[in-house]
Amino acid sequence: MTDSSEKMVIIAASGDLDKAWPVMILATTGAAYGMDVTVFFTFWGLGILKKPDAGLTGDDWRQKMLSVFKPGSTGKLGLSTMNMGGMGAKMMKGLADDHNVASVQELLEMSQDMGVKLWPCQMTMDLMGLSRDDMIDGLDEPAGAGSAISLMKEASISLFI
Amino acid sequence: MADATVDARGLQCPMPVIKVSQAVKGMESGQTVEVIATDRGALSDIPAWAKDMGHALKEQFEENDEFHFIVQKG
Repeated sequence: MTDSSEKMVIIAASGDLDKAWPVMILATTGAAYGMDVTVFFTFWGLGILKKPDAGLTGDDWRQKMLSVFKPGSTGKLGLSTMNMGGMGAKMMKGLADDHNVASVQELLEMSQDMGVKLWPCQMTMDLMGLSRDDMIDGLDEPAGAGSAISLMKEASISLFI
Repeated sequence: MADATVDARGLQCPMPVIKVSQAVKGMESGQTVEVIATDRGALSDIPAWAKDMGHALKEQFEENDEFHFIVQKG
């Protein structure tokens, strides 16, 4: 019998659709295994947690530029390869629909329902000029590398995706 | 006859495992749930999940290209 306190940690550092998908698939499946799952979102991974209508974010022109080129939110993620200006991601989502594969957005909502903890990285939020208001609801308090390490020391599964 | 049924037909990985895990949560130890899936990955995923969670896979069969699993909550 799986100990209910068994822990799983995923570091989600990529904002690519083809990375966000396995992050959310493994997080929900870990929760289905009764594990205490935490996903720590950092760098481009933070984009997965952005609100679709976050718009132009940050104060600095460089932060604003980042938000234009990497708008984030689950609906706007691109493929790491063969993205073709968004056409590739669109094709992939069409295929996923045809094959009844749950979308990243659906899996994200499901993970929240299943008690998966979603941690945004405070440092990258500051770097990119993102505030809590730019992010979806239901997130845990932003945290740092120290919190991630203490969690991973206790975890039986730790992944960097 | 199982106590509950999870219809996961047409659903892809990881949904069959997610659905059955949610169904089992509300069940008593000893009760059974029948999972019906069409995802070929479920053939290894459902037994692996059941074993790890301490549930018993009582029966498994294929009928009209659908996979049936009877899982008893541990």
